[in-house]
Amino acid sequence: MPANPAIPLTDQLCDVIVSSETPNTLTQSPYLVQPVSVTRIMLKVLLALLPGIAIYTWLFGPGILVQLLLATTTAVIAEAVFLRLRNRPLQPALSDLSAVVTAWLIALSFPPLGPWWLIVLGSAFAIIVAKHLYGGLGQNPFNPAMVAYALCIVSFPAIMSQWPHPLSAGGLSPTDQITAIFLPERIDAWAGATPLDHLKTTLRLATGNDNLTVQNILRDHTIYGVGGGNGWEWVTLAWLIGGLWLVQQKVITWHIPMALIAGMGSIALGFWIVDPLHYANPLFHILGGATLLGAFFIATDPVSGATTPRGKLIFAAAIGVLAYLIRVFGAFPDGIAFAVLILNMCVPLIDMYTQPPIFGEKSRGSNA
Amino acid sequence: MWITRDEFRDIATKGIWKQNTSLVQILGLCPLLAVTTNLVNGVMLSLATLLVMALSNFAVSSLRHFIPYEIRIPVFILIAAALVTVVDLLMNAYLHGLYVVLGIFIPLIITNCIVLARIEAFAAKNPPVQAASDGAMMGVGMLWTLALIGALREILGSGTLFSGIDLVIPGAQPLQLLPADYPGLLLAILPPGAFIVLGCIIAVKNWIDARQAERALKQANPLIAGGCQ
Repeated sequence: MPANPAIPLTDQLCDVIVSSETPNTLTQSPYLVQPVSVTRIMLKVLLALLPGIAIYTWLFGPGILVQLLLATTTAVIAEAVFLRLRNRPLQPALSDLSAVVTAWLIALSFPPLGPWWLIVLGSAFAIIVAKHLYGGLGQNPFNPAMVAYALCIVSFPAIMSQWPHPLSAGGLSPTDQITAIFLPERIDAWAGATPLDHLKTTLRLATGNDNLTVQNILRDHTIYGVGGGNGWEWVTLAWLIGGLWLVQQKVITWHIPMALIAGMGSIALGFWIVDPLHYANPLFHILGGATLLGAFFIATDPVSGATTPRGKLIFAAAIGVLAYLIRVFGAFPDGIAFAVLILNMCVPLIDMYTQPPIFGEKSRGSNA
Repeated sequence: MWITRDEFRDIATKGIWKQNTSLVQILGLCPLLAVTTNLVNGVMLSLATLLVMALSNFAVSSLRHFIPYEIRIPVFILIAAALVTVVDLLMNAYLHGLYVVLGIFIPLIITNCIVLARIEAFAAKNPPVQAASDGAMMGVGMLWTLALIGALREILGSGTLFSGIDLVIPGAQPLQLLPADYPGLLLAILPPGAFIVLGCIIAVKNWIDARQAERALKQANPLIAGGCQ
């Protein structure tokens, strides 16, 4: 295909992959706006995840690639089987890539060296229970990837809380990573808590010990890095870059990511100002855990999230605040998944009260 | 006064399948969620409920001409509550271990809407033998459903079957169905697991019913059914 300067390079790349949409003669202006298809959006989401996955693999080893492969295979097979059972045509739903996006988000939120059955179970549950039992794409009230995460963190909290160290800080070698995934009993100790989890438990043990302040803990342990977890801060920054590209591409709007970061940042700021010795600074919370992945890729799910502009702001800010409360005061290592699921439940209510006025109408109150 | 074969068959199919308390009427969800974490608990609570339902249906039906219509509900509840107390004391005396495990759910049988629903809808209008069979068959319907849910949740959640059987039959051992290092899907044991398992069983039941209806339609009128495809 000849390079056409009027169309951004990434769109041309999409066209190569989504070849069925490409007209054969694409030469002269004026151009018509191409219809936005589910496949195109999903493909852009996958592309936006690539830089993060590349840095993830570079810093933490190839385990994540195996998990991505396992999740994708399971999700696509589960999708095909259930489309078949529901007497739906296979081709359109399989080629819209929504199952692949779900699978990738599951793989990226699960521990990268978890046993193979964990990710297979999670992906199958997400597609079968969270998606198809509710009626398939566009019908699911809950974010399927977060349903999978909630299932596994509730059922297998020990396995789900084991996160590897970066390769440079004593992580497992690539071959050992593959062994850890497929033959978990062959590998003994290899993992630790996430930085968020470690900080929480250390602070809980430290009651009465004045030396164990957040600053000292962050300084003394190698699992913490410049702005979050050691290594993880670079992965989260790559999510940020991919996410900003999605905003620029108009795949998502700025409302949800900004409100989520602002929500989490402001509550973290409040606690930090009052008691900086026992609460980590806002930057640690924004760069740590799944905040940025959640802000740009998970909470922005167009099906299960709020749809009105004001609704998106309320929805995402509440996720940020709730996720902070769960990760700091709750029992689980991170709160994004539960916060997203709880706010998914509130979406019908939020959308109902934030309907924008129809053009020409002054306000809802005066008309009623 | 006695019950005919056809009458009994009708009552039995309604209780066990067509109007199954858990799958069709969706009654009594509280004990269903709380006690079906394993097979033995589900079966034993259903047996207790079955006993209460059969006895209370029989008692109410026998007394139905003497109960003033306006105050029938309190009278029904009193009769059923007396019978629940009997079952509660019996279990406490003879199956004490299980009684401790099931705890509050034995006395709570009285608040189970199935009991009052069957008294009001059936026993108050039918002769005693029919009423007793209805109570027993509704109980059997509940029994197999709770047994199935309990068994599925137990296998998924802990990989065993019949755990707690030694509380009923001393010395009996539970079966270890899945390998001993099975990590256990905790969700199946938690209340959401009961909802998901119940939902799947209801779906299977509806699917079987739909297939039967389709087949009956085809047999009745092969031309229409063939044309519809």
